[in-house]
Amino acid sequence: MEAFLQFINDNIEMIYIVVLMIFVGIELISHVPAVLHTPLMSGANAIHGVVIIGAILVMLHMDPENYAGLAIGFIAVVLGTLNVVGGFVVTDRMLEMFKTRK
Amino acid sequence: METQGLLNLAYLIAAVTFMVGMKMLGSPKTARKGNLIAAFGMGLAILATIFLHDKEVSTLVYTLIFAAIAFGTAIGWYIAVKVEMTKMPELVSFFNGMGGATAALIGLLEYQHYTDSSYKIAMIVAGLLIGSISFSGSMIAWAKLNGTMRKPLRLPSYNVINIVILLATLALAVFIIINRPDSPVYLYALFALALLYGVMFVVPIGGADMPVVISLLNSFTGLAAAFGGFLYDNMAMLTGGVLVGSAGTILTIAMTKAMNRSLSNVIFGAFGDTGGSGEGKTSGGTVKSINPSDAAILLNYANNVVIVPGYGLAVAQAQHAIHELEELLESKGVNVKYAIHPVAGRMPGHMNVLLAEANVDYDKLVDMDDINPQFKNTDVVLVVGANDVVNPAAKNDPSSPIYGMPILNVDEAKNVIVLKRSMKPGYAGIENELFYNPKTSMLFGDAKDSITKIINEVKNM
Repeated sequence: MEAFLQFINDNIEMIYIVVLMIFVGIELISHVPAVLHTPLMSGANAIHGVVIIGAILVMLHMDPENYAGLAIGFIAVVLGTLNVVGGFVVTDRMLEMFKTRK
Repeated sequence: METQGLLNLAYLIAAVTFMVGMKMLGSPKTARKGNLIAAFGMGLAILATIFLHDKEVSTLVYTLIFAAIAFGTAIGWYIAVKVEMTKMPELVSFFNGMGGATAALIGLLEYQHYTDSSYKIAMIVAGLLIGSISFSGSMIAWAKLNGTMRKPLRLPSYNVINIVILLATLALAVFIIINRPDSPVYLYALFALALLYGVMFVVPIGGADMPVVISLLNSFTGLAAAFGGFLYDNMAMLTGGVLVGSAGTILTIAMTKAMNRSLSNVIFGAFGDTGGSGEGKTSGGTVKSINPSDAAILLNYANNVVIVPGYGLAVAQAQHAIHELEELLESKGVNVKYAIHPVAGRMPGHMNVLLAEANVDYDKLVDMDDINPQFKNTDVVLVVGANDVVNPAAKNDPSSPIYGMPILNVDEAKNVIVLKRSMKPGYAGIENELFYNPKTSMLFGDAKDSITKIINEVKNM
């Protein structure tokens, strides 16, 4: 129990952010027409590519002698980039088609 | 201090672009710009992470980071641009899996640096667990949609097996968090178990439910990123991750609602059980087939025509042909609309994207709730490769697995023409009594081929 309260104390700002972000996420999605569900899912997919920042931080902290670690970190950054770049480009490609013809 | 401030500013801007971008993605007019804004924020956050810190970093590490980003960009861009639009759902699944794998690898690499803090270890374990499930699950979903793995594979009492695996995985996770063993062996075991669970979790789920699964795994990866945010006290990861986690969950629920099913039903249920209850009900009727010239006559002399596109349209790549037919009929004074079922295709909005690719007017696409009252005044409904979304069993047959799913009431129209390859049932694996309805005529063959033939016939009239 004490550990849990300690956790709340130490991270109170982050916990607030989590709670608020949950509401923002719900609010953003609730009134979207079904037409845009696929692009939206694809866009959200690209945004969670933000996990690549973690992969970059791993690399920056890494002991340069630890070759196995560097190799895995390298793969992590490649995969994270795939998520980000592929995600945004595919979403853009989908949305390109929604141009309104006048 | 100064670099730290700049870094935080960059993350703040990134978090705002994610929110604004997501908001703009919610409206057709601003969607494309919204995507670009979010992409800009992401680029900013990535560059800031690489450059804004006070650590001594060797050239080797920098080189590796840039090489990895260049390599990932080239491949990601190439795949995203090259893949046909019909393959999009599996593409989203693939990229989602990549994000999950990244989260899992971060956990594997960071574990030994944080064994003195149970809080940090808890974040690492959670990120690894969820990331791994998301990765292996997404890969299976990708393979299923790709056609590599067609049939839902079910071990006997797979639900029990899956729950046992899940419990074992969770137990191991708790053990690691409490004991924080120095040896990473336990973590490797957790990694393997989580990967296995991801596979077992998706394998029994039928193809028709893949959109829901992909959306769910999408929000999983968001969660995994959020745990990374806790691990590093990184606000960009935290906001982006939680935002996707929450929005993805809502999107998943919206999808299951459109299919009138619950999430637990998708995960544990027996949808797509070929040979399930709905079978044998319809064997009584006869099927009437029609040739392209008769179909052309029906369409040419109709006042109102509604086209119901389905996955078959995507498979046959018939979106351009159907648009040509639509324009041709319009030029002859026929009023043509498209009826879009929320779960037509393999993803909500799949048909919209596909038809938009063929330059179909946005206003011609009508949602289910708006088109359903209009079927009574419709002369001809042209069903192109859709099946379950027009199956009256959803209304009439309580024993049918899709009973209760809202459908397009095409049987209220005066005539129905169904373009279909064969009498094979749709993805849900159940028979469709619509095909035996006296109003219905079947035009067998490849959809694109059939539509082209109809176009030629109409042109000659």
